[in-house]
Amino acid sequence: MLDQLISSLTDGLLLGFVYGVAAMGLTLIWGVMSVINLAHGPVIAMGMFGTYLLFTHLGVNPYLAMVPVAGAGLIAGLVIYVIAVHRVINAPHLSSLLATFAVNMIIIGVGTAVFSTSPQNINYSLGSVEVGFLTFPASRLVGAFGAILVTACLYLFLYFTRAGKAIRAVANNRMAAELMGIPSSRVLALSFGLGTMMAAVAGGLIATFFPFTVLSGGPYELKSFVICVLGGLGHPLGALVGGLMLGGLEGLIPTFMPVSWVPVVEFGLFVLVLLVRPSGLFGAK
Amino acid sequence: MKVWQKPGFWLPLVIVLVWGGAVLLIHQDTMRESAFVLLMAVGLASSLNILLGYTGYVSFGHIVFFGLGGYTGFYLLSEQGWPLFASAIGGGLLSAFIAGLVGLAVLRLRGAYFALATIGINEAARAFVSNFEPYGGATGMFVNFSAYQKYGGPGPALWTTFTFLWITTMVVLVASYLVKHSRFGLGLLAIREDEDAAMVMGVKAPKAKTITYVISAFFPGVIGTLYFFKNGNIEPGDAFQLHMSIEMLVMVMLGGMGTVMGPLVGAVGYQWLRGYLLTSPIFKDLHLAVAGAMLLVIILFVPAGLVGWVRNHVQRLQKVLE
Repeated sequence: MLDQLISSLTDGLLLGFVYGVAAMGLTLIWGVMSVINLAHGPVIAMGMFGTYLLFTHLGVNPYLAMVPVAGAGLIAGLVIYVIAVHRVINAPHLSSLLATFAVNMIIIGVGTAVFSTSPQNINYSLGSVEVGFLTFPASRLVGAFGAILVTACLYLFLYFTRAGKAIRAVANNRMAAELMGIPSSRVLALSFGLGTMMAAVAGGLIATFFPFTVLSGGPYELKSFVICVLGGLGHPLGALVGGLMLGGLEGLIPTFMPVSWVPVVEFGLFVLVLLVRPSGLFGAK
Repeated sequence: MKVWQKPGFWLPLVIVLVWGGAVLLIHQDTMRESAFVLLMAVGLASSLNILLGYTGYVSFGHIVFFGLGGYTGFYLLSEQGWPLFASAIGGGLLSAFIAGLVGLAVLRLRGAYFALATIGINEAARAFVSNFEPYGGATGMFVNFSAYQKYGGPGPALWTTFTFLWITTMVVLVASYLVKHSRFGLGLLAIREDEDAAMVMGVKAPKAKTITYVISAFFPGVIGTLYFFKNGNIEPGDAFQLHMSIEMLVMVMLGGMGTVMGPLVGAVGYQWLRGYLLTSPIFKDLHLAVAGAMLLVIILFVPAGLVGWVRNHVQRLQKVLE
């Protein structure tokens, strides 16, 4: 019993790292410009398909493929920001929600026309790892490692580079940052690009675990909302912790009750946290 | 009757009255089906507009009331043998009751937090109903055939359902107008502009918001019951589609939020466009992308929606379009 409990918990936690990366993109965008990016799910799906195409057609190792996928995600984010988000950045929330949702529709629409909605998978196995009584696929371990690497890079970027400091300044107070000579439009565009880059990388990592379709991004987008709220909207590190919590819950709940109850607990918790502590479990009061 | 002299009140009503009346007179099945879809869209968009347009609160998961009300009405109708009218009202009342409970808590959140919470409520409700045995769990329910017998078999029953939907849509439009032009509605508009200022001026914001939430949740519950009775079955995937919820928002936005006529124009326009894109040989593969691009253009360049734009640009129509 205990063995089973620990093994499903580890499984969930390893997955949680990757959920955390997806959520980090969303929370970064929210923290900097107070926009909820509803195009997050399709970008995750784009990351999945980018990795898939590079692997099946060019034979690139899926983990190496994540570098060009990240680059493409960054560029896609810049383009989305310039076309769809920049004009509504100061408009009421409904405008930016619907503008990013329009982008969502465009990506899904083109994606369905190109790839159809049949499931694909990346046929690349690293075998499995045994630690004591625990056995899990090595891809999960590499995925978790990749997630930690991405988080570390994001932190180094935000705290030790000029551009990263500019992002933090704009997130803190856009007006004051502008008065200090920071070009806020460019910083906002960069943050949006970074957010979608994280989503694309998370998509690539998820694609090495599970089969996927064009529509697969949706569930991860919803999970990202839950994670962001658990960790506090706008806190990248909180997103990683929130991701671990969600992954842990997903691992643990099925040992106590039927799997179909998982979303009830997840979204119930989500609404509860929003009501009791909208700043997140770890956010400042 | 003073309101009858206001074209803004009777114009949308007359349009729906003539439209539904014509469908009933011509009595053609295909025509009824397309009118059913359109009227349902008008009813849903208008009831969302009562909350979204007048208070400015973006309910992203409003379809939860359509689903919960639909489920409850369907259960009463099919399993308990209630008549259609009573079950539809029952479905609506349950939605309204849930909205009252949830609203007290959730409406304290503002802006995007509220939008996120409504998405969470919809997903939680979907997941809960999938596990709720009396409602058939993940497979849902099929209508008990004896429910049709009361209305003279399945064919006539569909016409009865259509008539109910037609009346409901008109009631929603009347409610939308009355809310907008009452003292209560003025309070809501004040909340939309600046909630803190409105409270200082004596608007009881929490109570007003909750009442509005309840009103705008009641009608989707009624419409849900009618829709699922027409379909003959109900399942969690159909009842709580987040996508449909967003379509409702798009319709309101397209027509012009905060206007009575807007949701009518937006719903018909959106459904027509969707139908056109789905059947046109050039766009059929890319219909979603084209619809998305159009939505983006409207959000970016015509944020007031069609009705709002006309009102702002043609002075003489300001009194006609509400």
